[in-house]
Amino acid sequence: MLKKKTVATFVSAILVGLLALAGCSSSSSTKESDADGKKVIKFMHLWPEGSSKAQFSIVKDVIDEYEKEHKDIDIQTEILNPDQYREKLKVLASSNELPDIGMTWSDGFIKPYVEGNMLAPLDDIVEKDPDLKDSFIPGVKESYAVDGKTYGLPLELNISYVFYNKEIFEKYNLEVPKTFKEYKNVVKILTDNGVIPATVGAKDGWPASFWFMYLADRIGGSTILTDVIKGKAKFDDPTILKAAEEVQNLVDMGGFVKGASALSNDEAKGYFMNEQAAMFLTATWELPNYTTSPDVPQEFKDKIGYFKFPIYEGGKGTDINSYVGGPGVGLFVAKDSKVQKEAKDFVGYLIKRWGEKSVIDAGVIPATKVDTSSMDLSPMYIEILKDLSEASNVTTYFDTQASPAVAELHHDLVTALFGKQVNPKEFVKQHVDELAKEQK
Amino acid sequence: MKSVMSNKWVISLYVLPSLILILLLIYIPIFLTGYYGLMDWNGIGQMKFIGLENYIELVQDKKFWQSTWHSLLLGIFSTLSLVGYLILSLILASKIKGANVLRKIYLIPMLLSSVAIGQLWAKIFDPTNGMLNRLLVLLGVENPPLWLADSNIVLYALFIPIVWQYAGFYIIIFYAALKNVPEELIEAAKIDGASPIQIAYKIKVPLIAGVIKVMVILAIVGSLKYFDLIFVLTGGGPNGASEVMASYMYTEAFNKYNFGYGSAIGFGLLVICLVMTWIIQKLLSSKENVDF
Repeated sequence: MLKKKTVATFVSAILVGLLALAGCSSSSSTKESDADGKKVIKFMHLWPEGSSKAQFSIVKDVIDEYEKEHKDIDIQTEILNPDQYREKLKVLASSNELPDIGMTWSDGFIKPYVEGNMLAPLDDIVEKDPDLKDSFIPGVKESYAVDGKTYGLPLELNISYVFYNKEIFEKYNLEVPKTFKEYKNVVKILTDNGVIPATVGAKDGWPASFWFMYLADRIGGSTILTDVIKGKAKFDDPTILKAAEEVQNLVDMGGFVKGASALSNDEAKGYFMNEQAAMFLTATWELPNYTTSPDVPQEFKDKIGYFKFPIYEGGKGTDINSYVGGPGVGLFVAKDSKVQKEAKDFVGYLIKRWGEKSVIDAGVIPATKVDTSSMDLSPMYIEILKDLSEASNVTTYFDTQASPAVAELHHDLVTALFGKQVNPKEFVKQHVDELAKEQK
Repeated sequence: MKSVMSNKWVISLYVLPSLILILLLIYIPIFLTGYYGLMDWNGIGQMKFIGLENYIELVQDKKFWQSTWHSLLLGIFSTLSLVGYLILSLILASKIKGANVLRKIYLIPMLLSSVAIGQLWAKIFDPTNGMLNRLLVLLGVENPPLWLADSNIVLYALFIPIVWQYAGFYIIIFYAALKNVPEELIEAAKIDGASPIQIAYKIKVPLIAGVIKVMVILAIVGSLKYFDLIFVLTGGGPNGASEVMASYMYTEAFNKYNFGYGSAIGFGLLVICLVMTWIIQKLLSSKENVDF
């Protein structure tokens, strides 16, 4: 008797367990409409309330507005922090369960998703809407295009400047350098006085690459790095080699914080925020720290200015208004979405509203043109937005344009270039080899 | 009850839940890793079967063997550090004053998460503002080493926090084993006029040889698959100078989107761990026989 009972108990226990497992898998199946008969749009984004409150609130407000205007739509959000988001998106993609709307990065990131036939082209949103058509800053939307079709619409744009500490510059009677020769002179005076000229988090690779990319842009002209990606130029072009050599010249001069190749971007940033380093080449995502952020003392903010990366004497890139930068995140619509039409409509709406709100509410530079006349902004924002409208070119970050494997190698090599573990010749050669492997 | 337990069906029912869990969570993933290693796959799109290509590449990959060497070096260091832990535990177990407090102090690093330890040591190793170099400058060293930025010393600099991190774990196990050594044996030795060092070396250590053997295997296998602090502190850099097998696998799979090749590395790691464990067991089992 006991025997039977035990068996029965166990069998039922296992059955319950199996049911629970089955329940997990079936709950993720997509429904077209919810209980009220509204159409459900699933929207996954990467701005949690805790870490990106301003962005979170803008998105939430825009969704509320949109739902008020469109009574038949119900937008459900799922929010993850950026790292988790990347992982989850990959998992969802491999089981073909992408949300209707999600966020993506440009170029190298979006490509596998497009090639896996998972995203819907979004050109029709832009074509249909005259307001939207001319509003993007030139060249930004194109970063999300594969074979001439745009699969993502950008929200953010980041460009890089040299930020500097005006107090330190005044102390040593330094002027903002307009040419690279002047810049080297600034470096020399600062090192002679025991001040760290510039801080850079070379461990992470990408912050160090800013220096390399700008030098390549100034020496080889504004299209050189993009040409390399497209196969129109080689990475061992003499101008690129020259750029790598100039990076190491700066390292040899003591132009960067000691041991930079072991510092992460955040650690390196500390040297600038503590006023130990005079300059920091970074992108506009740091702007809140120099303008609006309540966590940074006003005294410090008042000391910070910025300048455009200097021109290189005899280089091909003669326009100081050419920037290195890149779009941040953009929005995609899943190809298999059952509410594709509605999702596209919302994407267009969100892009427009985001452009109006993001600068003031979040301090983020949107990828769309901003009318500053009616805004109460700190002077640094107004100047930078003005710069952007005058920008002759924005070269997308080399590592963003490259495939993941090339980008990773590039990061490693730039770190090694700053740490002097490779010389400029090996630096370009290893790039050439990896790029050649890819084009095979 | 006896009749229940002798029924094979019931026995297999009792075993079933854990068997399913082990299969689902351990053996099937291992099998899958080996299988993915046969693929050219970026983790998102279609998998393409390429046979043994990844494994052939792996055997010829200098970077992989370099990272294997780094992992082995870490294994050797961890094993050597066991001697230090054993000495500390012997002192702690010999009824000195405050042994309890000291034991708790040694255990603290174990209670911190690896990421927190990483952040802590990043601050200590910082080339200009770090505690270590500040101290060296105070002591008159003019150009203190750059620790994590110098490719010649980065690996050894990393071993320090790793050894420190696990000290508490090994000490507490050695301590527990030593406490189990029968008091009569030690007293008998004392009466025979053995010195404390002789007691430790001739009586206590041989009696816990079994535990020591397990600790050696744990230290070496743990080192071979070690990942946390290296990932947090250097990410394998600069220029691969601190790359170990697990961090190399991570970089290939998650940063370069080479899931196929990353899986092959993972499988290689498993094979190396198994071989090492087998070698160590062979080496140690012959020794044990001499001691008793």
